[in-house]
Amino acid sequence: MKLTGPQIFTKTLREEGVEIIFGFPGGAVLDIYDQIHKENFPHILVRHEQGAAHAADGYARSSGKVGVCLVTSGPGATNTVTGIATAYMDSVPMVIFTGQVTSPTIGTDAFQEADITGITRPCTKHNFLVRNIEDLAKTLKEAFYIARSGRPGPVLVDLPKDIMQSETEYKESNSLKLSFTEPKYSPDPKQLQQVLKLIKKAKRPVLLVGGGIVLGRASSELKEFAEKTKIPVTATLMGLGGFPGTHPLWLGMPGMHGTYYANMSICNCDLMITIGTRFSDRVTGKISTFASNAKIVHIDIDAASINKNVLADIPIISDAKSALQQLNEMLDQNHFTVHEKESKKWLNQISEWKAYAPLTYPEGDKIKPQRVIETLYKLTKGEAIIATEVGQNQMWSALYYHFDYPNTFLSSGGLGTMGYGFPAAIGAQVAFPDKTVVDIAGDGSIQMNIQELATAVNYKLPVKIVILNNGYLGMVRQWQELFYEKRYSHSDISHNPDFVKLAEAYGAVGLRATKPEEVEPTLKKGLNIPRTVVMDFHVEPEEGVFPMVKPGTSLIETKLRKEELL
Amino acid sequence: MERKDQTITFLVNNKPDVLARIAGVFSARSFNIESISANITMNPEITKIIIVTRGDTATVTKIKNQTKKLVDILEVSHLKEKSSIQREMILIKVKLTNENRGKVMETIKDYNCRLITVEANHCVLEATGNKNEIKNILKRLERLGIEDLSRSGILAL
Repeated sequence: MKLTGPQIFTKTLREEGVEIIFGFPGGAVLDIYDQIHKENFPHILVRHEQGAAHAADGYARSSGKVGVCLVTSGPGATNTVTGIATAYMDSVPMVIFTGQVTSPTIGTDAFQEADITGITRPCTKHNFLVRNIEDLAKTLKEAFYIARSGRPGPVLVDLPKDIMQSETEYKESNSLKLSFTEPKYSPDPKQLQQVLKLIKKAKRPVLLVGGGIVLGRASSELKEFAEKTKIPVTATLMGLGGFPGTHPLWLGMPGMHGTYYANMSICNCDLMITIGTRFSDRVTGKISTFASNAKIVHIDIDAASINKNVLADIPIISDAKSALQQLNEMLDQNHFTVHEKESKKWLNQISEWKAYAPLTYPEGDKIKPQRVIETLYKLTKGEAIIATEVGQNQMWSALYYHFDYPNTFLSSGGLGTMGYGFPAAIGAQVAFPDKTVVDIAGDGSIQMNIQELATAVNYKLPVKIVILNNGYLGMVRQWQELFYEKRYSHSDISHNPDFVKLAEAYGAVGLRATKPEEVEPTLKKGLNIPRTVVMDFHVEPEEGVFPMVKPGTSLIETKLRKEELL
Repeated sequence: MERKDQTITFLVNNKPDVLARIAGVFSARSFNIESISANITMNPEITKIIIVTRGDTATVTKIKNQTKKLVDILEVSHLKEKSSIQREMILIKVKLTNENRGKVMETIKDYNCRLITVEANHCVLEATGNKNEIKNILKRLERLGIEDLSRSGILAL
């Protein structure tokens, strides 16, 4: 059976279980779009290719499936680079299809030509330029395999127009042999035994987990392990939701803006069991002082992450689920019991730290952004899918919304991309039409992909945008206040548009709150309108994110108030 | 930890962008490629690339880990001088004068070089050897007058 390029494209995508494409057409992809139209292949049209990339990313993070986006050559492709780099830094499974100029014109500076495979080589897990129509089906299959296996990541496939316009004898792609297979690592049982030995000896153990728990679908195994061993758990930004945020063993997020008690637990522990996290500088503070008195177990699916930043006493290359499953089995087989006296002592110490420095903020006569998040948490019963932008809005969301479930916190952790949250929320809403999906944004971040209001309204996606509007690039302002003697260099953006009018111009609902007593009724109203809603909260302009660890200092120097840093 | 020349061998699928990928790992982390050789193995679909970089053992570990996980990289190994055979080939254009002619010929004999061409004022010779041999040949000939040279990457087994 002879099939054309676009026919092979849609057929193979269907076989890979793709249910939606986020994209934006253009010259180089007209043939693919024609096929999409003929077949009525599910597709969301965005208003900027960056939005397509972030939407595919949000779709992937919330659903666990591979996100897919389709854009044209040249500027269409380069517009996705930020989205690709965002996904690369956070290990998100995604396949990005870019149109390309015809094969004979590649390298001639043709119209809308960009060497996108060259440009994205450092920020994709892998990329392909399809050179023959005969290779198309196999390449597509390989792209999906690479995106989702091992440590997931974005894969780009560049599709020259002439290739897509040709046809070939189609081979059933299920029978195609892949030329590459990801190595499978199962945890070394001897190493796991060593871990058990350390747990038995430890007096002050801590579990530090990250995105690998969420990507590895290991939340229930983690909960079982923590409860069996009574080891308190802290999760990085990428791991939020991997362990229930309302669990008694939960320590909160660690690091630069982590909780005081998470950071003190890390500084004072004698055993750190690290699973699915890479010791980012945001988490460790001054590396030479990080958990300096502890034995470190590092379980990660990526060998390159092990011993990269922090040396592990017991390194284990494995996915989180297998390692935790086997550890749980070993605990049962060994009839493991917790050393009650030591455990009580340690957990009591942690309670003391919690009592000394709970998450808190001073009240005032203006709206407190933290209060907005707390109220949102209450009204959504902690069950919404929360996307964030970057900066103060992101940190307050991580601290004040308690995530009990994995895949419900969508935030650009590694790259820290402003403008990520709203299109990501759109992607998540597409994946879960019946869930409450909220983007928590700052007034700076929301303007970076504001054009996607058109997308949300067009497809009747009832995404809620909560703008913590302080008239500043908040996190930049905070650093300028603390470390640059309040020289606010270009961080004042108080000449904002009227967000309510802007929402209405796009056909969305716009609500505003300017006084503390308006917060709850505004949120309640907004959450209950089954449409795209923008809620503009005018918050305390110079509120800071605390606790804070000054860059380059140890976690032990966690400061609770700005006065301690000035 | 001591920084010195480290030889790393990559077995890779013979595809257009594999070299760019490996080079990208080096440049992204500011590891310099001091020398490189690349050619097919007995299997024309598999290429062997040998890169020399300057660094310590931590550098080598980082490079190995970062490149091993790339698609199309099949194997990465660190070649230690003691446990491998390493050779380099070099073409040298040497100035010839009445004064140095004798010494040039002596060098050629001592190091088993091949005389490729001889002209009135210069000759081109070909030399192969391990790191030390090449270093010594160059030292001897530099005193006599090197006009140009071309060095290959490392061949190693």
